[in-house]
Formats: sequence, C-alpha cells, structure tokens
Amino acid sequence: MNVAAVVRSADGFTPPGPADFDLPAIGGGSTVDFLGQEAVLGVTKPMLQLVLAAVLVFAFFKMASAKRAMVPGKLQFVGEEAYGFVRNSLGREIIGSHDFQKYTPYLFALFFFILLNNLFASIPLLQFPTFSRSGMVYSLALLSWVVYNVAGIRKHGFVGYFKLQSVPAGIGGPMLILLVPLEFMSNILVRPVTLALRLFANMFAGHLLLILFALGGEYLVTEMAIQYAPVGVIAWLLFIAVAFLEILIQFLQAYVFVLLNAMYISGAIADEH
Amino acid sequence: MQALVTSLVVRASEGEEHELNPLIPHPIELILSLVVFAILFFLVKKFVVPAFEATYAERTKAIEGGLAAAETKQAEADAKLAELEKQLGDARHEAARIREEAREQGARIIAEMREQAQAESSRIVEHGKAQIEAERQQAVTSLRAEVGTLATSLAGRIVGESLEDDDRQRRVVDRFLADLETGTPGRN
Repeated sequence: MNVAAVVRSADGFTPPGPADFDLPAIGGGSTVDFLGQEAVLGVTKPMLQLVLAAVLVFAFFKMASAKRAMVPGKLQFVGEEAYGFVRNSLGREIIGSHDFQKYTPYLFALFFFILLNNLFASIPLLQFPTFSRSGMVYSLALLSWVVYNVAGIRKHGFVGYFKLQSVPAGIGGPMLILLVPLEFMSNILVRPVTLALRLFANMFAGHLLLILFALGGEYLVTEMAIQYAPVGVIAWLLFIAVAFLEILIQFLQAYVFVLLNAMYISGAIADEH
Repeated sequence: MQALVTSLVVRASEGEEHELNPLIPHPIELILSLVVFAILFFLVKKFVVPAFEATYAERTKAIEGGLAAAETKQAEADAKLAELEKQLGDARHEAARIREEAREQGARIIAEMREQAQAESSRIVEHGKAQIEAERQQAVTSLRAEVGTLATSLAGRIVGESLEDDDRQRRVVDRFLADLETGTPGRN
C-alpha cells in the first residue's frame, strides 16, 4: 500500500523546527539556564548579523550624507531618498510636521536596522533572519513601548496621558466601566506584545517555510522513490517563489514595525480628542 | 495513518526531550539588540540626520535664493522697461512741442515779414508823394518866376511903359499871382 510506503519513508525525514533557529555559539561555549530553557553562552551568528547590520546602516548613510552636495550624486541621492522616505512618509505624514523632527532619527535608525536584519534572511551566505530570535525583537518592542509612553507622559503629564489613552472621547456613563479597561489593555499593555510577536513570528515562520521547502524537496528527490522526484522539484520551485515573497514580507514587516511606532507616538502626543 | 501518528509521537518524545520554545528569549540577545540599536541610534542622530537635514535646508535655501534673485532681476527689468518707455514718451512729447514751436515761429516770422514789407511799401509811397510835392512846389516856384517875367515883359510891351524898375515889377507880379491864387480877378 502506497500510504504505508509514504509513512515508512517519512520516518526518515526530520521536519524543521525551533531547533533550527537555536544556532550554536561560534567556537563553542557553555550553556546557561534562562527561564527554564538552555541558552548558549557565546557569540552566535544572529548576534554577528545584528552588529553587522548596524555597522552597514551607519557606514552607508554616513558616506551618503558626508558630501552634502546641492546636486546629489548617485550615492547621496539613494541615501537622501531612503532618509526622506522614513522622514516624510513615516515621520511627517503620521506624527505631523510640528513634532516629527524629534523622532526622525529614532524612526530612521529603527527602520533600516530592522530592514537590513530582515533582508539578511535572503542574502546568500548569511541567510538567517536576525529577528527570528525572539529576544532581539523583545528589546526593540520594549524600547518602542518606552518611547511612545514617555513621549505621551511628557506631553500630557502622567494622569493626562493615561486618561487620553484609556478614556475614549464622547462616551460617558456605565459604558466607561467596560471601555476603560479595554482601552488601557489595548493601548498600553497589548501593543508591545503584538509589536514583538508580529515581527518575530513573520521572520520565524518565513524562514521555517523556506527550510521546509528546501529540505522537503531534497528529501523527496534524493531519498524517496523516483516517482516522487517531480514533487520535490515542485517544492524547490515553490521555495524560489516563497523566497521572493519573503523579501516582500521582510520589507513590509520592517515598515509596519516603524509605521506602528510612528502611529503610537502620534497617538500619544496627540491633543485631547 | 496510525503508524504515522505513532512514529511522530515517538520521534517527538525521543528526539526533542527538551522541546525548544522559540518565544523564550535568549538573555544575551535581549541586551545585545538594545545596545547595538542604541549605538546605531546615537551615531545616526549625531552624524547622519543633521547632515541630511542640513543638506535639505541648504538646498531649500539655494532654491529660494535663486527664486528671489530671479524675482529681483525681473523687477529690475520691469523698472528699466518702464523708464525707457517713459523716456520714449518724453522724447515724443518734446518732439511734438518743438514742431509746434517751429510752426508758431514760422507763422510769426511770415507775419513780421508781411508787416515789414507793408511798412516799406507805404514808406516808399510816402516818399514818392513827398518828392512829387517837392518837385511840384519847385515847378510852381520856377513857373511863378517865369510867368512873372513873361507877363511883365508882355505887359510892358503892351503898355509900353517900362517896367524896368525891379521893385515895382516884383510887387505887381506878386499881387497878380496872389489874386490868381485866391481866384479873385485883379483889381488893377
């Protein structure tokens, strides 16, 4: 029976899982127990990628902005366009022309830092999304949470800010008992969680999918009966298609992360509605 | 199917004794991400963003300066054009004035000339008249003397009386002529 044959063969195939993201430390190292899970003590590939991304982002924009020509050359033009994209479409458009300058460096650095780290998943030889490591994302989400809340508290004061975020305008009476906790939850508590999970899960799942297509295709072609080989080839073709889709998602997730940052800041410093 | 499920369960239990939870963060990564981003943020804030902003501002200023310069040039050109037009108008006006003046002057000169000619002609006529009168007077005088002599000698001859005495002769003639002039016949 064919099904039995498939099942027997599948016994040999190890599907990719979270273990594929737990890369060993370069040059080896001991492990430490953290929150009930072993964590390697040492320098791992995503850590190097994180630093590399920061270095590349700074080096590129430093060079692009160094010349300051009135009529920009190619490098300066690309740099200005990239900077202007974040500054204008994420900063000025959303935060408003009055306050956006203060947050432009933050949004700008954040966007290109995340974007490059995401693109590392599709760059040959690196091919690992830095932000599929949840820890990397948690701290950025936490930072975002601190930034927009501090911005709001600075503008409205502690009480004023929490009133702005928790009490919806134009609603009074008993409905408030229901709505205030909901608003507080969604605006203060849930935001950093969704922010972190969205980026992390997208990068994690995308990479997992690619590993699955690559390894599954390989297994179908090399390990199984010849009639399954075409399916393996289809899996590889899908791998290529999904890889392109992933590039789009990598950009979109960086964009969404920074867009939400800008919107949270904008909402926090907005005038009383 | 039963076999597949069993095999998966078995494999999961034996291969992944400590199933990794990807949601549990790695402590080094938590800190590293924040530190690396913080460094990038401060570098970008200090070096990159001010440079871009300065370039933007300079460019805006350059464009605005160019526009302002063009506006100044335009205004200057307009002013010059207006001035030239004004000068042209003045020149036209001046020319018209000069023409008018010349016409008036010409008319005046002609009138003057006419007057002068008239005066001259009347002077000439006057002069002629005076000359004729003088000549007539002269003729009358000489005629009177001659007529006197003639009449005397004629009368002497007729009367036979010598009227050689000049004094008497003149008196007689004068009386005669006076009579003649008043138109009364001689009483003598």
